[in-house]
Amino acid sequence: MIEFDRVSVRYQGATAPVLADVSLRIDEGELCLVIGHTGSGKSTLLGAINGLVPHFTGGTLSGRVVVAGRDTSAFPPRELADVVGLVGQDPLAGFVTDTVEEELAYTMEQLAIDPAAMRARCEETLDLLGLADLRHRELRTLSGGQQQKVAIGAALTAHPSVLVLDEPTSALDPTSAEDVLAAVTRLVHDLGITVVLAEHRLERVLYCADKIVYLPGDGSAAAGDPAAMMELATICPPVVELGKLAGWQPLPLSVRDARRCAPELRARLPARPPGAAAPPPGQVALAAKGIVVRYGPLVAVAGAALALHRAEVTALMGRNGSGKSSLLWAIQGSGRRDGGTVHAGSEGADPAALGPAAARRLVGLVPQTPADLLYLDTVGAELAQADKDAGRQAGRSAADLLDALAPGISRGGHPRDLSAGQQLALVLAIQLAAAPAVIALDEPTRGLDYQAKAALTRLLADLAADGHAVVVATHDVEFATAACQRVVVMAEGEIVTDDQAATVLTASPTFAPQVAKVLAPLPYLTVPQVAAALCAVPGPA
Amino acid sequence: MTPRARLPRALHPVAWWCWALGLATAASRTSNPLLLVLIAAVLGLTVTLRRTQAPWARGYRYYLLMAAVVIGIRIAFSVVFTSGPEAAGAIWLHLPVVRVPSWFTGVRIGGPVSAQAVLSAAIDGARLACLLCCIGAANTLANPKRALRVLPGALYELGVAVTVALSVAPQLVESVQRVRRARRLRGHGTGRRFAVLKGIAIPVLHDALERSLLLAAAMDARGYGRTCAATAASRRVTAGCLLAGLTCLCFGCYELLDPTVPRGLGAGGFAAGAALCVAGLVLGGRRVTRSRYRPDPWEWPEWVVAGSGLACAVALSLNVGYNPAALNPVLYPLHWPTLPAVPAAAILVTALAAAITPPAAEPLSRPAVGAQAMAEAST
Repeated sequence: MIEFDRVSVRYQGATAPVLADVSLRIDEGELCLVIGHTGSGKSTLLGAINGLVPHFTGGTLSGRVVVAGRDTSAFPPRELADVVGLVGQDPLAGFVTDTVEEELAYTMEQLAIDPAAMRARCEETLDLLGLADLRHRELRTLSGGQQQKVAIGAALTAHPSVLVLDEPTSALDPTSAEDVLAAVTRLVHDLGITVVLAEHRLERVLYCADKIVYLPGDGSAAAGDPAAMMELATICPPVVELGKLAGWQPLPLSVRDARRCAPELRARLPARPPGAAAPPPGQVALAAKGIVVRYGPLVAVAGAALALHRAEVTALMGRNGSGKSSLLWAIQGSGRRDGGTVHAGSEGADPAALGPAAARRLVGLVPQTPADLLYLDTVGAELAQADKDAGRQAGRSAADLLDALAPGISRGGHPRDLSAGQQLALVLAIQLAAAPAVIALDEPTRGLDYQAKAALTRLLADLAADGHAVVVATHDVEFATAACQRVVVMAEGEIVTDDQAATVLTASPTFAPQVAKVLAPLPYLTVPQVAAALCAVPGPA
Repeated sequence: MTPRARLPRALHPVAWWCWALGLATAASRTSNPLLLVLIAAVLGLTVTLRRTQAPWARGYRYYLLMAAVVIGIRIAFSVVFTSGPEAAGAIWLHLPVVRVPSWFTGVRIGGPVSAQAVLSAAIDGARLACLLCCIGAANTLANPKRALRVLPGALYELGVAVTVALSVAPQLVESVQRVRRARRLRGHGTGRRFAVLKGIAIPVLHDALERSLLLAAAMDARGYGRTCAATAASRRVTAGCLLAGLTCLCFGCYELLDPTVPRGLGAGGFAAGAALCVAGLVLGGRRVTRSRYRPDPWEWPEWVVAGSGLACAVALSLNVGYNPAALNPVLYPLHWPTLPAVPAAAILVTALAAAITPPAAEPLSRPAVGAQAMAEAST
């Protein structure tokens, strides 16, 4: 169905090609997963399938890409619209119309499909993706998961033989992500459509992939059977890492497979993970009581109380719209607050009562879209501005902090050209330059791959060790497990649970990380814990 | 039993526009306050009965507000800038006269205010207000986006550009709000104006640019602009026809409005321009291979609505069957205006639009059924 024949792609001004001499074949009806680190060429590979690379993006493509018998050098993307459907990361950015039904029909209108057939296909697609109740809704009012399903539906109505999805769940919470990926797998099974999917959340799709294309980052690509490719890849979900650690063959790709291999491992592990209990948290750095945030009739935060301790990383979890962001903005003092008190820092001052410059010395917040804070032309200028803003009291310069967080970022580069992880590090450095007692991060793991998440985990641990109180709003269970000591769960603007991470994360199946699911009832949460335990006990002879 | 054409649905936007423009023509033909009030009443009734809950349908009150402001300004001006001590008619009050410099001749401020001056200003204002309300009613009743969809194929790109612009505007507002809020996080609450502007404008523009590139890529991938049969020559002919046609139309309009130009020349230019434009649109439409999803049907309610508007405009333009002077009653001497029967009936006929049109289709707000409801309950 899709054939890459010695394909190389080089963008103008780049020193090395993004793809170098890639040859691969994706057959009809396959679900092919494209994996690789940020910047390894995943988007380029996907874009080459429908000709956006190089027709739209520029650059030079040598070799041949043939899709359903059409060579993309002769067919620009618009002439391939009837065979390839493309769904991007941000569905809202790709919507041309404004209601669900019109959006579903848009591609068909361009292809001049007969009105009666159009109507029939729209109805089918609405049912297939469970969108029938939303058909007249405005696209902007839908949740992220619903928007993504509409985007997939809009590609499907043209009856393409290939569906290309570029990180369709990177901006979604876990429930919506699961919903979207479930819809995609159903398409593969029911319609026999060929799906090419780039995805960070490997744990959710790995088990139903027929083929994996792994991009190590040097321009080459390796394609093959999922289990075999997982042996090779450096990005693996925790369940695969656990399998590698325990030496299971073939490697388990799902929690279900792993549990079947697990009894032997569970027998070898001590009943409790070794290692000292978590150090007792330091003194309270921020105490918020009875926080209320309302937007008109909508109550976002309904009397939440939160205490953040020095030297502790707290995860703030809960579904989309449960009030996590509003709570963080309210305690920082820049957001709306309609009630309650906040005492931060050693003097117990209220950040909202101080000016913005003083507030950020108490609580530093990294918002959901960190790039909103960046407005200068170079990384160096941003850092210099940060030092100027921080004033004399600041301990370390922003440049020092950035080097500690993410070494090797060029000072002359444009902040917008950095990867998501690097942008996050830059903004974090800017906020840390003011030496706040409390650091709050809103959804920092969006768009980060496993390695970047691991780096962020280490970074937060270092900050806590330096005596900062850290709070992270996140959907990512695996990240929260690795990075946080305490978990606070919110629902409908109220705090539902506030306890040790190990207790909260093993208590419910929805919040449990993969390792806990495999090793239950043993209270292990992460692969490093298991590794440490295996080192401590002698292995089987 | 409800016939199919009267099931709840949106009426064809062109029908509403015909109706509203017909009423606007009628309003511009008369200065009889009774007829103007009748027109306003018809507009109000129809809008109240047939508007939806959609965002564009909530704007009628702003048109009413604007109309009130127009009338108010006209009256205020007529009171302040009086016609002088020799003002005729019934004098209502005497305002103190303000001395103006000698070079400011022809304008008088203060002095006697006559009832006729105020009334004629109010009626003039009311006529303008009626026109405003007609446009407002059309905008309220017809979905502007569906109205764009009836553009001929050759103008399709224009329609897409407007639709995209309309959906991007709220995104831009949201983006500005987000960035403004984020600025406080860097401690930039207040500062020099230029620095504030830069700190907000640059991230917002970056955002907008990125989004437009994404949109362009998505549209390309979805088949927008498939060229098919168009050749360079046919495109040039189309463009030539349209340009020449528009030029002729401009000249034609100008000549029609200028009384010194012979009537035939203006009408000829106008006709030639229109013909060239139509030819261009037909030629341009031929190269487009696109289909339309669920086009708005044109059934008998559409005929009735559009027809009633046209009939009303014709009845007030032809001056047949009634005394033309009744359309523009004189104010000297002051008397209660008469209500001419034929124009009044013609305006009342347009009120049919409120009665015979299908009711507006409201978006379903019934709770989700089946599996989805269960899924929602469990999360």
